[in-house]
Amino acid sequence: MNKTMKYGLLLVLLVALPFIVNATPFLGPTWVRILGYAMLYVMLALGLNIVIGYAGLLDMGYIGFYAVGAYLYAVLSSPHLFENALASGPMDWPFWVVIPLCAIVAGIFGVLLGAPTLKLRGDYLAIVTLGFGEIIRIFMNNLDRPYNLTNGPQGINNINPLHIGTHSLKSTWTLFGLEFTPVINYYLVFLGIVIFVIFLSSRLENSRIGRAWMALREDEIAAEAMGLNKRNIKLLAFGMGATFGGVSGALFSSYQGFVSPESFVLMESIMILAMVVLGGMGSISGVVIGAVILSVMPELFRDVVNAIQPVLVNNITFISEDTLRNVLDASTLRMLVFGLAMVLVMRYRPEGLWPSARRRQELHDKDEEPFDSAHYVKETSHAKISADEPDNRDTTGEGR
Amino acid sequence: MSNILEVKDLKVSYGAIQAIKGITFHIKQGEMVALIGANGAGKTTTLKTLAGMLKPVGGEIVYMGKPLSSIKNYDLVREGLALVPEGRGIFGRLTVTENLEMGAYSRTDSKANIQADIDRMFEIFPRLKERAFQLAGTMSGGEQQMLAISRALMSKPKLLLLDEPSMGLAPIIVQKIFETIREVAKDGVTLLLVEQNAKLALQTCQRAYVMDGGKITLEGDAKELLHDEAVQKAYLGE
Repeated sequence: MNKTMKYGLLLVLLVALPFIVNATPFLGPTWVRILGYAMLYVMLALGLNIVIGYAGLLDMGYIGFYAVGAYLYAVLSSPHLFENALASGPMDWPFWVVIPLCAIVAGIFGVLLGAPTLKLRGDYLAIVTLGFGEIIRIFMNNLDRPYNLTNGPQGINNINPLHIGTHSLKSTWTLFGLEFTPVINYYLVFLGIVIFVIFLSSRLENSRIGRAWMALREDEIAAEAMGLNKRNIKLLAFGMGATFGGVSGALFSSYQGFVSPESFVLMESIMILAMVVLGGMGSISGVVIGAVILSVMPELFRDVVNAIQPVLVNNITFISEDTLRNVLDASTLRMLVFGLAMVLVMRYRPEGLWPSARRRQELHDKDEEPFDSAHYVKETSHAKISADEPDNRDTTGEGR
Repeated sequence: MSNILEVKDLKVSYGAIQAIKGITFHIKQGEMVALIGANGAGKTTTLKTLAGMLKPVGGEIVYMGKPLSSIKNYDLVREGLALVPEGRGIFGRLTVTENLEMGAYSRTDSKANIQADIDRMFEIFPRLKERAFQLAGTMSGGEQQMLAISRALMSKPKLLLLDEPSMGLAPIIVQKIFETIREVAKDGVTLLLVEQNAKLALQTCQRAYVMDGGKITLEGDAKELLHDEAVQKAYLGE
C-alpha cells in the first residue's frame, strides 16, 4: 500500500468517525463533541509545537493567544457590544473576515509577547510568558469597566455559530441519507482546518525558516554567524505559533457559543505543553497523537470512573461512604493518573510517544549502533592517515 | 595588496577588566595570519570583537574599507566575514547536510549552486559525506570541527576567522584539519587563525602576531617567529 492510499484511507476513516461514534450506543453526540474539542487541541498543540518544538522557546502563556482569538470572535459575532451600547447593532461579521482577523491579532499579540523576551531563554522565558498568559486572562476578567468589552467573569453569551448567511453549522442537514448534526458539522470543519494546519506545519518544518528556527534553538551565536536575524526569526516563531492559537480560539468560541476567562487558566497552558512533550517535541504526528490522547483520555476516564463508582460505593463497607466518594471522584483521580502517566512516559520514553527522527536519534544514540564508523575509515582518503595510526579506535572512541 | 582588515588601537573590556589593551594589526587580502598566545592573552576576545559579538570600548576596526561597527552582526556574513566559533558551535540536532545548508543561509544564489558547494565540501571532507544524514551532535569532535569549517566556507567568505580549530582534538585529526585549512587558503580565502598550538599555527600561516596580557608583544614573518628564541621560550617550551 503506498503513501497516498494510506493517507486517503486515514482521511476516509476520520471523516466517517463522527457518524460511527454518533450511532454507537453509550457514545453518541457527547463523544462527537469531545472529538471536536480534540481537533481544537490538535490545532493548539501544533501551534505551540512551532514555538517549543522548532524554535525551542519555552512558552508557558500560550493559552493567552487562544483567549485573544476566542474573545475577538465572541465580541465580533454576538450582540454583546450592542447590548452595552458600544455598537449600533448586534455584531455579526462574516467568518471569513473574523477568523483571519483573529489569526492576525493573535499573531500581533505573539510578537508583542516575543519582543520583550528576546534575550531570555529556558526557564526565564517560561516565567515571563507564564506571566503574560495570566495577564491576558486577568484583563478578560476585568475589562467590563469602564467599557464593558468582555463582560468580566460572567463571560460573553449568545455567540453566533459559524455560518454563511442563514446556513449555520448549528443546524441539521441531510445529505445522501446521512444526517449532519451540529456537532458533526463542526467536527468536519475542524478536521478540514486541522489538515490544513498539519500541511502548513510540515511545510514550515522543511523550509528555510524552519531550519533557521532549529538552528537558533541549537546555538544562537553560531546561528547569528550564519547571517540570520535572531530578532526577526524569534518573533516570527512567536507570531506564527500565536496565529494557530488565535484561529483555534475563534473556532472554540463559535463551537461553544460562550466564552469566559475560566477557559483560559494556566492549567490549560500546561495541558497543551504536556500534549507537545508527551507526543514528541518537533514531531507533527507525535503532537497530534499527544493532543488527541490528552484531550480524549480524561473524558474516557470520567465515563469509566462514573460507571465504577456506584458499584464500589455500594459494595465496600469498611471505608466510610463519603471518603470513598471523595477518593473515587473522577476529577481527583484524573490528576493522579495523569501525573503518573506523565512520569512514566518521561522516564521510559523521554523523546515522546511518536518522536521525530531527530529526537529519536539524539536520545537513543547509545541503544543501537547507528553507524559503524570505524569500518568506513579505511575506504576513504583518511586511510592514508589512519594507516600509520595505531588501531585503537575501539578503545579511544575516536571516529565516532 | 590591500588590507582586508585593519585594527587600530583596539580596546575591549569585560566590565572593569580590560582584556584588550590597545592592539593594532592588519590582514592583507589573501593572507594567512595567526594570532597566538597563552590562555588569557586576549586572542578569543579579539576574535569575538571582530565577529561583532563584543563591542570595543576604544579604537577602530575597518573591514573592507568600512568601519565594522556600521555592519550589523547578522550582516557580517553577507559582507564575507565568516566565523568558526570556539567550541565549534555546530547545530547538534540538525543533520550534517542541514548544517551545511544553514551555512549557505545568507546566500541568495540558486539551489543548484548551493548543492554544488555542498558536494565540494563533501569532496574536501569525505567523512562528512558518509555522515550526510546523521545528526551533527552525534559525531566525533574532529568531524564536528570539519563540519564547522565547511559550514563557514559555505557562505563563500572573503575573510575566515578560525577560533582554536585544534582544541580537544587528537594530533592526527589536527594535522588533517590544518592540511585542509591550507588548501582552503589557496582558493583565495583570507584567514585569521587564533591558536594555542603556536608551532602548528606558525607552520601554517605566513605572518603571525603574538599576544600576551592583552597586547601584541611580537609580530612578523611566521617562519622567523618559529625560530625566534623569545617565542620558543615562552610558548613552545623548547
